[in-house]
Amino acid sequence: MQLSTKHLLGIKYITRDDINLILDTAVQFKEVINRPIKKVPSLRDVTVANLFFENSTRTRISFELAEKRLSADTVNFSASSSSVKKGETLLDTVNNILSMKVDMVVMRHPAPGAHVFLARHIDANIINAGDGTHEHPTQALLDAYSMREAVGDLEGKNVAIFGDILHSRVALSNIFCLRKLGANVKVCGPPTLIPRHIGSLGIGVSHNLKETLEWCDIANVLRIQLERQDIKYIPSLREYAQYFGINKKVLDGLKKDIVIMHPGPINRGVELTSDVADSRQSIILQQVENGVAVRMAVLYLLAEQRKT
Amino acid sequence: MKDSRIILEGKKFKLTIERLCHELIENHADFEDTCLIGVQPRGVLFAEHIHQELSRITETKSILYGKLDVTFYRDDFRRREKPLVANSTEIDFLVDGRKVILVDDVLYTGRTIRAALDALQHYGRPLKVELLSLVDRRFNRHLPIQSDYIGITVDAVDEAYVEVRWADKKNGKHKIFIYDSNFDKS
Repeated sequence: MQLSTKHLLGIKYITRDDINLILDTAVQFKEVINRPIKKVPSLRDVTVANLFFENSTRTRISFELAEKRLSADTVNFSASSSSVKKGETLLDTVNNILSMKVDMVVMRHPAPGAHVFLARHIDANIINAGDGTHEHPTQALLDAYSMREAVGDLEGKNVAIFGDILHSRVALSNIFCLRKLGANVKVCGPPTLIPRHIGSLGIGVSHNLKETLEWCDIANVLRIQLERQDIKYIPSLREYAQYFGINKKVLDGLKKDIVIMHPGPINRGVELTSDVADSRQSIILQQVENGVAVRMAVLYLLAEQRKT
Repeated sequence: MKDSRIILEGKKFKLTIERLCHELIENHADFEDTCLIGVQPRGVLFAEHIHQELSRITETKSILYGKLDVTFYRDDFRRREKPLVANSTEIDFLVDGRKVILVDDVLYTGRTIRAALDALQHYGRPLKVELLSLVDRRFNRHLPIQSDYIGITVDAVDEAYVEVRWADKKNGKHKIFIYDSNFDKS
């Protein structure tokens, strides 16, 4: 078994078999990161560059840990402290780094499609760590892994994604991933934060929190992206919290226990109240742990494509 | 069907397993500070038989037994044509200070065992590591690794393939086959 692709540009470009292979391999890596010595030597002859043209804490640390636990050499780069500020093009920046014999590139970039462009021009394996409001494939994979851990096979399960769907790369990658795994997906949020034709991806759309919570087995709650709200999509955070915030009272009113997920960082008191985020039903911290295992699996399987 | 012949089956197979168990008992008595570790995937099947038989003969149920996957430690990663899929590792005890018996079905180049020794280090420092293999393919080694306990020794050319087939619903008996050079392992 091997991946059908050389890069992870987005969930859109990989198959269901690829997803399953990554998730199954991640199970073994999760065991590895729970050992007293959390390291394997698989990628000892591989060098990975982490190129972050946009801020990130969680994803960057998670990738870096995954690389280190696979024994890869790593170099880090962030746009704020580089020649990008001096006007260098993306291709020049990346080619300069690759000249130093780098094998794989993990990149976050504000422009959707930056990775697809890069993949056409360079030889290294590229992993998309987020491109603008487009895709964030490793987040979708770790979400699917965490869901599978919580409720088993996702075929036929109901998953609802709440919040700012319009600006969310996590939402789009999640939708692609969950649909490929056979889950039913519904997005829920204020009409201004849901793209108009999103239903054409084969998913449901709702603007009613209570109804959607009743329907779903898993609620993946997204952050209101304050930094991307260049115009007013919602009257106020307080109003958003009132209509779309999930609190303990709403959860306790449901007929069944549902699983609560959040890709972080949480705006406590806006999309989730603290008692929900820290409740027994929440698997938010497991998601973070699984993130390292899933990223190890992605790096390992893509490195396999680079035969020596 | 490509050319193959059976090199061990039936009563002889059973006797071989029993003999190996008695050899182990000779050196490890009641297995108080010894554990068995099967190397994934096929060594585990063999290890299960050994574990079962040892428990029967010694009448103890507490012989420690684990499974070790060595995929991430192999030296042929990115060099194999067909990538290997990782299996689970299940070792719910520390090997620190224990005598470890690594169990694999066929000892061939020794590279799997090299990887297993590497992987084992991540579970502590064993007092001693021994190797038990059902089939020892002599003269094919790439590394200075030898078995301490051997079921059957086979002299075969590099191109041949040795397979241990454990009894299941389809195949009623345990058998060891040797295939000629044209055998497709998949």
